Amino acid sequence: MGFRTAFSRVRVSALAALAVSLVGLATQPASAKTTAREADGVSFSFEGPLGVFDQAELQRGYKVYAEVCSACHSMKLLSYRDLAQKGGPFYDPKHPNLPPAQSPYAKAIAAQYKTSDIDHDTGDVIERTATPADHFRSPFPNEYAARAANGGALPPDLSVIARAREGGPAYIYHLLLGYEDAPKGMTVPDGKYYNPYMPGDMGSFWSGPKDKVPEGGFISMAKQLTPDRVQFDDKTPSTAENEAHAVATFLAWAADPHMVERKQTGLAVMLFLLVFTGLTYLSYRQIWRNVSH
Amino acid sequence: MSGHSTYEPKTAFERWLDVRLPIIRMAHDTAIDFPTPKNLNYWWTFGGILAVCLVIQIVTGLVLAMHYVANAGLAFNSVEHIMRDVNHGWMIRYIHANGASMFFLAVYVHIARGLYYGSYKAPREILWLLGCVIYLLMMATAFMGYVLPWGQMSYYGAVVITNLFSAFDRLIPGVGTAITTWLWGGFAVDNATLNRFFSLHYLLPFMIAGVVGLHIWALHVPGNNNPTGVDVKSKEDTVPFHPYYTVKDAFAILVFLLLFSWFVFFAPEALGHADNQVPANPLVTPIHIVPEWYFLPFYAILRAVPDKLIGVLLMFSAIAMLFLLPWLDTSKVRSMRYRPMARWFFLIFIAATLGLGWCGGKLPDDVVIAVGRDAVSGEPTGFTVVMLSRVLAAYYFAYFLLVLPLLGLFERTLAVPETISTPVLPKGGASMPSGATASPEKKG
Repeated sequence: MGFRTAFSRVRVSALAALAVSLVGLATQPASAKTTAREADGVSFSFEGPLGVFDQAELQRGYKVYAEVCSACHSMKLLSYRDLAQKGGPFYDPKHPNLPPAQSPYAKAIAAQYKTSDIDHDTGDVIERTATPADHFRSPFPNEYAARAANGGALPPDLSVIARAREGGPAYIYHLLLGYEDAPKGMTVPDGKYYNPYMPGDMGSFWSGPKDKVPEGGFISMAKQLTPDRVQFDDKTPSTAENEAHAVATFLAWAADPHMVERKQTGLAVMLFLLVFTGLTYLSYRQIWRNVSH
Repeated sequence: MSGHSTYEPKTAFERWLDVRLPIIRMAHDTAIDFPTPKNLNYWWTFGGILAVCLVIQIVTGLVLAMHYVANAGLAFNSVEHIMRDVNHGWMIRYIHANGASMFFLAVYVHIARGLYYGSYKAPREILWLLGCVIYLLMMATAFMGYVLPWGQMSYYGAVVITNLFSAFDRLIPGVGTAITTWLWGGFAVDNATLNRFFSLHYLLPFMIAGVVGLHIWALHVPGNNNPTGVDVKSKEDTVPFHPYYTVKDAFAILVFLLLFSWFVFFAPEALGHADNQVPANPLVTPIHIVPEWYFLPFYAILRAVPDKLIGVLLMFSAIAMLFLLPWLDTSKVRSMRYRPMARWFFLIFIAATLGLGWCGGKLPDDVVIAVGRDAVSGEPTGFTVVMLSRVLAAYYFAYFLLVLPLLGLFERTLAVPETISTPVLPKGGASMPSGATASPEKKG
């Protein structure tokens, strides 16, 4: 209670300060210069109006998430059953009418995890085996535990991360692979790592020439994806590039699970509209043929 | 609604109804037999397009409201629930979110058409003012709708815009703060703010629909303006609204829906901002707070001056200009087809407004034309976005306050055709012997 009030008081005063600074921002030139390296030069199967997810790659990407990312990052908006829904990594086209929650794949994956629940007979807090209907298990019980375990930094939830970052999956791919040794003249704070793809302002950490401030920023996550970190079940070589590409693909699906359905619906809609538009145009010409205008 | 009704009830039921509630007569006179100038071009189809936009927004919005939860702790996830779990929820939400952009695109074309062809001049001032009211209501609705997903940009958009009112503290100390507190329903943008925004976001579209009714009523009294700006003189000049304009509007609406669908199905996030996919966090300010594209010109005017109060007043004045327009333009000639000077000033006005939109999306300090380099940081210096905003904003206001009032007094206009039919009949009409006497300055 005391903590909560203190927290909300901090929040209100922080907001007031913010409000003042924001109006400042809106009317006065900002001085901070945020830079990051352009995330390009990587392509994905799901790009473009006809692009679809590669299901094998989605499965590999899920494996990278489950074995590496999920140690620190939650995906609270996803349930195990989602993995087996149409278009998902473990959808089985041989059983199109099977509800995702009945999928043997979703059941098997969920069974690997424990989730906390309340015992309906005793009211005790218990741990039970997860079911397909349960949300992905979060690595930490709350934000404070997550920060305490990560040197004060909060690993962001990854449910919509591919939509929540400029550049989307290409950005994720490059960020995961883009770790570089800090250039000479840069002071890297303890527990931080330099990554040119991470948006940041290096100005105050740079002792070199002022017109050559390196692009990028600091990230609290160390480089994770290294060769052989994840063994793929389909014999795809375990290079860092393959791991990053697969997990970027999986996260793109997780952020936008109806993407393929959306594009396919869109094609039908466009086709229908084109025909309808054409017929309407002909009717227009027909009706107006005797009017000089 | 104006003129003689041509409706003749054909069935016993229609005759019975007609003496009790002549609703079929009204529909017949306004949408079927309404005499409409026969020379309306495609710029005139945007009225119908806008009606479709409003209906699409209301219908999709109703469905979204069935699943959305207006609570600061639940709103973000309820939107994600719509996107993931509700049947076709992704489609309904993307139609609604992109529909706002499409609505503004259409309304800007509609306003620009009115500006060019002088549709605000007598006797259509009330029609124009009602349109301005609709536009204001649209802006309020869109702003509050953008807050509802409760992402970072939603939250900070609400913080920035509601804080504009605190500028009035400079006029009467305390009043601005009191207004902001009243708007927030507390001492910060929080749950109370989100709830009232949802309530108002649900209410305002129905107010828009009401004003649209008045707008159409006011349209049907003098009838449509047309590209020549010449009043309808005879039956020769018009065609019945149905089927001539129902089919032409339908064609234009379908072309518009093709563009709309392309955004919804193939680029649904193209007009959005990645930061709004991050749940609202009062303790983390986004690096770059930008409004949606349709507010960017006004945002640029707000930031163009270093003084907050003056910036806010200028921003509101930019919209007030539209309300004053019928009395600012002194020219007797409606259509800019016959105003060679005004046409150029108009084109520059459009370019300036688009330029302001571009400025609104940039950081004020970004350099547009580099002149030199800063001695210490090595950053390029020169003509910045904020300076460009000032030039363009100055032109924006000058167009309304100097150009239109003065130009009408000095401009040499071209010959205006006698009737709507004059410039077009020679192609095949009966009343003109040859093309030689038709106004040579324009092609029908």
